[in-house]
Formats: sequence, C-alpha cells, structure tokens
Amino acid sequence: MTATQPTAAPGTEAGEQPAVTGPAVSGGRKAQGDVRETLYFALRNPKVLIGLVVVLGFLLLGLLGPLFLRHAPMDYAGPPMAPPSADFPFGTTTFGQDVFAQFVAGLRSTFLVGLLGGGVAAVIGMTIGFVAGYRGGLIDELLNMLTNVVLVIPGFVVLIIINAYLGVRSVPMQALYIGIFTWPWVARAVRSQTLSLRSRDFIDLARLSGVGVGTILRREVAPNMYSYLFMTFVLLFGGSILTAASLDFIGLGPTNAMSLGLMMNQAVQWSALHLGLWWWFIPPGLGITLIVGSLYIMNVGLDEVFNPKLREM
Amino acid sequence: MLTLDNLDKVYRTGTFGTSDLHAVRQVSLDVQRGEVVSLIGESGSGKSTIGKMVLHLLDSSGGTMTFDGRDVTKLGFRARREYYRKVQGVFQDPFSSFNPIYKVDRTFETLRRSYFPRVTGSEWRSRLDDALAAVTLEPDDILGKFPHQLSGGQLQRLLIARALLLDIELLVADEIISMLDASTRIDVLNLLGELKGRGLGILFVTHDLSLGNYVSDRVVILYKGRVVERGETSAVFDDPLHPYTRDLLASVPHLDRTWDEVEAEEAERTQRLAGRCLYHEAITAQGRSLGEEADAADGVPDGVGLVEYAPGHFVGCFRKAAEEKCPAAT
Repeated sequence: MTATQPTAAPGTEAGEQPAVTGPAVSGGRKAQGDVRETLYFALRNPKVLIGLVVVLGFLLLGLLGPLFLRHAPMDYAGPPMAPPSADFPFGTTTFGQDVFAQFVAGLRSTFLVGLLGGGVAAVIGMTIGFVAGYRGGLIDELLNMLTNVVLVIPGFVVLIIINAYLGVRSVPMQALYIGIFTWPWVARAVRSQTLSLRSRDFIDLARLSGVGVGTILRREVAPNMYSYLFMTFVLLFGGSILTAASLDFIGLGPTNAMSLGLMMNQAVQWSALHLGLWWWFIPPGLGITLIVGSLYIMNVGLDEVFNPKLREM
Repeated sequence: MLTLDNLDKVYRTGTFGTSDLHAVRQVSLDVQRGEVVSLIGESGSGKSTIGKMVLHLLDSSGGTMTFDGRDVTKLGFRARREYYRKVQGVFQDPFSSFNPIYKVDRTFETLRRSYFPRVTGSEWRSRLDDALAAVTLEPDDILGKFPHQLSGGQLQRLLIARALLLDIELLVADEIISMLDASTRIDVLNLLGELKGRGLGILFVTHDLSLGNYVSDRVVILYKGRVVERGETSAVFDDPLHPYTRDLLASVPHLDRTWDEVEAEEAERTQRLAGRCLYHEAITAQGRSLGEEADAADGVPDGVGLVEYAPGHFVGCFRKAAEEKCPAAT
C-alpha cells in the first residue's frame, strides 16, 4: 500500500503536496487517484468493512455454496425433521430436504431480486429525478405527474394481482415488476436534491466551462449525492428483498426456484413453528435480516467516506 | 465590446404564471476593453440578473446583446461554448463556486477537458502556473486542496485564474468582494485593476458604492430593474442627480468629511433639484411634451429612458419606482 498512501488527503502537511500535484493535474491519472483515495478511506472505515464482509460473505456463500452441495434443494435427501448435524448443517425439513441446500439456493435468488429489482427502480427513479430536477419547467411538470400517478398506485396489491395471474413465475420477472412499482419515491427524493444543487454556483461555473447537461448531472450533481444514491440503492435493494419475501411468504413466490421467503412460507405451511423445527425458519429469516441490516450499516460508513468534511476531524 | 440594448427580463410568477415580475427594464449599457463598469444597486435592483444574462445563465426576455458587433442575444449550445472562451464570470460566494467534494484542481480540469483536450499535461501545468502567478497564488499552496481548506480570497483568485486560462476579453464579476474578509478584499480589487490594465473589460456588479468608486471607470446605478443614472464614475459621484443616487451617496460615510458637511451639501442639492426632473426637462427642451418620449427614445416606453445631462453623464426620470409619478408632473 505504499503508493496508495493518500498524500493528497485533507489535512496532510504542505510538505507532502508536491508529491501529488504532478498526477493531480493530468486528467486520467487524477480520476484514478480519486478512486484510490475513496477506497483507501472506505477500507479503513469499520462500518463499511463490517457491512461489506457480511454481505460479501452471504454473496459468496450463495455463489459458491452450490458447488459443494451433495443434495439439490428439493431432493428428499435425509431423515425428516433432523436437527443440524455434520451431514446436514442446518438440519432437514419435514420431508427430509436439506435446509442448508435450500438456504444457499435461496440466497442466490434473494441477491438476484435485490440487485435486479433495486437496479431497475434506481435507474428509472434517478433518471427521472435528475432530469426533472435539473431541467425544470414543463418537463418537470410532466415527469412529476407521472411520478405521482405511479406513486398512488397501490404497488403491492398490483404485484399480488400480477403474480397471481402469471402461471409460471420466475425470480427475474418478479424483480422487474417490483422495480417498476417502487421507483417513485426515489424520483421525488432525487429531484428535490437536484433542485437544491442546481442553484449552487459551481453548477453555473460548469455551464460557463461549456459543459453539457448530461456531463453536469454526471460529474457535478450526482457525485454530491453518491452516498445518498447508494443509500437509495440500499433501501431499494433491501425493499425488493423484503417485498419479494412477502410475496413468497403468501404463496406467490417463484414456481421454478427456491428463495428465502419461500422457505419461510413452507416452514409456516408445515407448522415448523409448532413442531419446534427452528432450523427451518431461523436461517432464512436471519439471512434476510443480516443482509439488509449490513447494507444499512455500510451506508452510514460510506457517508463518512464520501464526505471529506465528515471524515476529517 | 459588449453592448446591451434595451435588455428586459420578465419572470412569470403566481399560480399558472398569471402575473409578471419585471426584474430588468430596458437596460442599455456597454463595456469597452480595458475598462471597469460597475453595476450598482440594492438587493432586487436586477444587477445580478443582468450579470447572469450577460453570462447566458438566464435568458433575456427582450432587447438585444451584442459582443464585438455580433448578436449574442440568443445562443445555441455550440455558440455559447465559443462565447465562453471570451466571456467568463466569477460569483459572489467562493465556497459555493467549488464542488465541495472535490479538490479545487478539478475546476481547472473541467475547463481543460472542455476547451483544451489536446494540450499535454506539462504544457497545461505551465499554463496553470502562469495563471496562478497572475493572481499571485503559489501553486504548491493551492493545488490538491479541498475548497474548505482555502480562504475565500484564495478561492476567488483561483476563479479569476480559471477565467484567465481561457484568455478572456470580458469578465463578469458578480459581487466578488462582498463575502471576503476586509484583509483579502484589497488583493482581489487590485487584481481587477491589473486585469483592466491588460485590456480586459470588467462588468463589476456590486451593492457597495465605495468599491464601485474605487475600481470603476464608469458606473451604472440601477433601481428596481431600471437604470436611473449612468456615466463616468467621477461625474456621477461628484454630481449625483437622480434622487435615488443622491440618497445612496448621502448614506455612505466619508473619511475626509464630517456628517454635517455631507448633509449640508446634500440638503443644498436637494433644494436645487426639488420638484424637478432633469429627464423631462430635457425632453421638453427638445420640443417634445411629456408622454411623447416613447417615440423619441427609440420606442423606450414611459420614463425608463435616459437623457444626456452632461457629456457622458446620463440620467433617467426622477421618479423612483415605476408606479410613482414623476416629481415634475405634480
């Protein structure tokens, strides 16, 4: 890490400055330096580290886990209702299915739903928010109207209807529908932030530099909101997971895949609670809680990383 | 070099844009090379609006703007880019002029990406050093720092250096002194004087009369969006004619005179000009009656025009707000 020492970090001694002014004035290398510096501070922030480790841990488990499994999630692999043991680390279900195999497969679809659903909502919401906030006028009015219309549509009810109507339900389609109905509050929040940033002088100065609207939004407006945008994405990510879990839980989950919500649905259906099969419903519930919770903690840490004023003192 | 001709700015306000707010009325003025022109007025007088219109950050609602004989009233994106090579601005709040999450270098980098993509790193570095030297800043003290680590004066000079990198001809300085400490003010002021010596035209927007007096060759006094008086700085400051200008000047403390002397002089002047309106007197002297000036002054409507009272010293109708009556008419 010798070269990555942020000699240009705020509060460093003036004597160190010449070392960084060289790369600082040449375009490509400067951007790289910024990224490196952000990483430097990110990897030293305990909140970011904890959140990252937990989320990445679950992600890795979901990605690599299936390679080491001996049983498919739906196989009747072992004795029914067996508590956790060496063969079945999370025990088995009423039918002798491997809970661990189901958990690992469920993690995959959970991340997929979060990523896709959150991604779709973030892209739609941020695009509309940025354009409406920056351009103003008629465009703003129209986009605002659209946002408000979608906002008052009871999304969850529509999702239930769509999901009940579809015969074969897949995880990506579920994520897409969730994304299409959860963007309005993002658009509104991003719009209001953009409105306040637009009136700042540095936006005018960028315009005086002959820079176009897209570049201003990307290079001047959005970076000021990175932590906010990330938080938005975290909320959408978590929200998508929770919405998907709710749908799964009431029996409208994917018909061709396993998910954490579906596991809880089955656990309830087969009275795991009354039979004391805690290993059936605790792992999926805890998994969802840990993933969403870690993302929140990570966001708080990232706020300190992105905002030099917060991290300096 | 820059000429504004009957420039107008109307904002639509109220529900569904039903009422109008006239921020700038029929303003005509010009800025030449090597000259500082001050726009002086209180808050809401439209001085910053004029500055923003010159910089094309706001669209004008009427009138024309020409730069070196070319019409620049309406510019497309490309034309505006070229316009910004010649005309740049510096704003009031230096801390808001920099993106707070980036080091100050990035402001220059944006300029380079936009206008000098082919200039090599070392060549750019030497140009940057030259520009920083011109505003008496040490590159090593400044570059690689965040805006909140620098003083307002340093930031403001950085912004001027940024404008200099473009080899500009006109600088719009919008209240650039107001937010600075007294100790750094004079540096920036003197810098403006030096730029003027290099042949730059400067449109200096301020509410501070003494600053206007200190740096400018000509002043334009604005009140409620209209020019009430303009002319050579010495002419306007030594012999203020319009009631608003007189009020303004009478409210500024002088170093070399006591309050009584100032008040006595102003009382004498008020006495002399009471109940008169030099604008309408001049109109009448030209053989036209009140109300006919709309034709006379190239279609400028009632009482927003100016007459030349003395060579290079123009004054408008003596009423203050647009809805008031001319004191001579009563």
